[in-house]
Amino acid sequence: MASTIRVRATSSGETTEVQALIQHPMDSGFIKDSKGELIPPHFIQQLTFEYNGKPVFTADWGGGVSKDPYVKFAFKGGKKGDELKVSWVDNKGATDTTTAKIQ
Amino acid sequence: MKLRNAIQFTAAAFTLTLLALAAPPAISADKVDPVADEKAFKKFFYDKFPKLKPEDFVNGPYSMDADLYKQWQDKEQFPPYEFSLELGKEMFSKPFKNGKTYGDCFPNQGIGIRQDYPYFDEKEGKVITLELALNRCREANGEPAFSYVRDEMAALTAYMAFTSRGKPFNIKVPNDPRALAAYENGKEYFYTRRGQLNFSCATCHVQSPGERVRTEVLAPALGIVNAMPIYRSEWNGMGTTSRRFTTCNSQIRGVPLTPQDDEYRNVEYYLSYVSNGLPISGPGARP
Amino acid sequence: MTNTDNGFSATRRLILQGAGAVALVGLGSSFGNLPFGLTRAFAAANDKYPEEAFKQKSEADAIKSLYGKTAEASDKVKMDAPEIAENGAVVPVSVTTTLADVTSISFLVAENPVALVASYKIPAGTMPNVANRIKMAKTSNVIVVVEAGGKLYSATKEVKVTVGGCGG
Ligand code: HEC
Repeated sequence: MASTIRVRATSSGETTEVQALIQHPMDSGFIKDSKGELIPPHFIQQLTFEYNGKPVFTADWGGGVSKDPYVKFAFKGGKKGDELKVSWVDNKGATDTTTAKIQ
Repeated sequence: MKLRNAIQFTAAAFTLTLLALAAPPAISADKVDPVADEKAFKKFFYDKFPKLKPEDFVNGPYSMDADLYKQWQDKEQFPPYEFSLELGKEMFSKPFKNGKTYGDCFPNQGIGIRQDYPYFDEKEGKVITLELALNRCREANGEPAFSYVRDEMAALTAYMAFTSRGKPFNIKVPNDPRALAAYENGKEYFYTRRGQLNFSCATCHVQSPGERVRTEVLAPALGIVNAMPIYRSEWNGMGTTSRRFTTCNSQIRGVPLTPQDDEYRNVEYYLSYVSNGLPISGPGARP
Repeated sequence: MTNTDNGFSATRRLILQGAGAVALVGLGSSFGNLPFGLTRAFAAANDKYPEEAFKQKSEADAIKSLYGKTAEASDKVKMDAPEIAENGAVVPVSVTTTLADVTSISFLVAENPVALVASYKIPAGTMPNVANRIKMAKTSNVIVVVEAGGKLYSATKEVKVTVGGCGG
């Protein structure tokens, strides 16, 4: 099964730039479907990036983040070949985790 | 005259009609002459948008507006069609129940060939689009056809387009009366007014590219199929060429044809031919 | 530009447990539910999710709930957002700042049904630059709040929305 998480992490030597795209509906709970009924909220609440066992970035998200959410950040350090662990949990308690190699 | 602001369709109908009369597009007279058409068609767009390079046209509405262009560049950092592309790649390489693959149905195993579609099949006497060829491939291998407007078809064509990125459209209209007729029929369809609003495809995509219809910035007809299939934020997902054509027909309160109807195939043939030489840029991301 | 073979997809581990598990993925997927305990374990491992702040309608209330103080406008907070969103469903917004000791960055949309969109924790060693894509229900001020040295600084920009983005 394919992961819901796509990560690109590139080291420039001093810093590592990280971009992630996650497959998730991010339903805010304010939208109606074609039958006029509200689509219940279903969105990622927390997304964490860990390097060397320590969080380098944590996102708290609401339903206002776009479908298939995207985020970009950078941190000091990070070597080519090292691993970055990425996990999310949504408001229904589902989670996904992946590890990406820094390029 | 500039139709800058968001225009309502109904109000726009009149203005656009005027424009259409004022500047008849590159429709040549009686003889079917694809080569002359292509030249006139390109000249029309290059003259209309002298700042754009030919390859810019394949980016649809994004070639028309700087603020939009920047948002597109931001999106392309990690494009929303990424998941569809991966799905397509996976589907493409997975064998059918009989052990054969999509690749077996295509020249060069299906890789880097998108720019050659649609082509005119001289045996059958008809235009074959990539979407049609994919479904025929499935059926020939005992698999049910996919819907032409849904995600599976979008994913497959996204992957095939991706393997052809940057390759120039290379559409041929053989010197066969049936091929010329199909081409001419597609062209006619493109310039014929229809629907409650009495618009032709050309009213929007030849006369008014860069203008806003309601809230959308219109793509130029030159290079208009190069980016197919597309992820549209408006659709919250992917759409095939078939989906795009049928949606455009509905927008003018017209009755769309069935996807892959002969006439749609011919329109795609015409639009692809007159964009010959412009690079494939699919899959695309769109507002 | 896009590279599907980036090597990252090699490791594909999907934690999905709980009653009957395996409802999964693909396009238009539905996810199974984790048992409560596991959800909590996950949450506890991280900082707490600011539930209340994500319930506030106004940006002022959301900022107060999140940080317990108010923000002052600062030209050291640079926001990049379009003049006119191509589609309210996907509005690229990013921020950079020259402020030191940044600990958190939050994005808010004043006119959304829920003002707070995203809040990022920036540990020491992580750059105070974030880009993301947000939804906007209609034309609105977008506010970025940067917490630096225990104080709050903000930048505001109006983004016009002609195609509404799914109610935020
Ligand atoms: C009322 C105006 C209108 C008419 C008439 C119209 N379209 Fe469109 N078309 C649009 C709009 C709006 C879009 C979305 C914005 C854009 O990309 O131009 C679009 C997009 C497209 C696209 C995708 C362009 C891209 O780069 O994403 C194609 C292909 C297309 N139309 C083909 C056609 C064809 C073929 C017809 C005739 C059957 C047609 N259109 C008629 C308004 C129109």
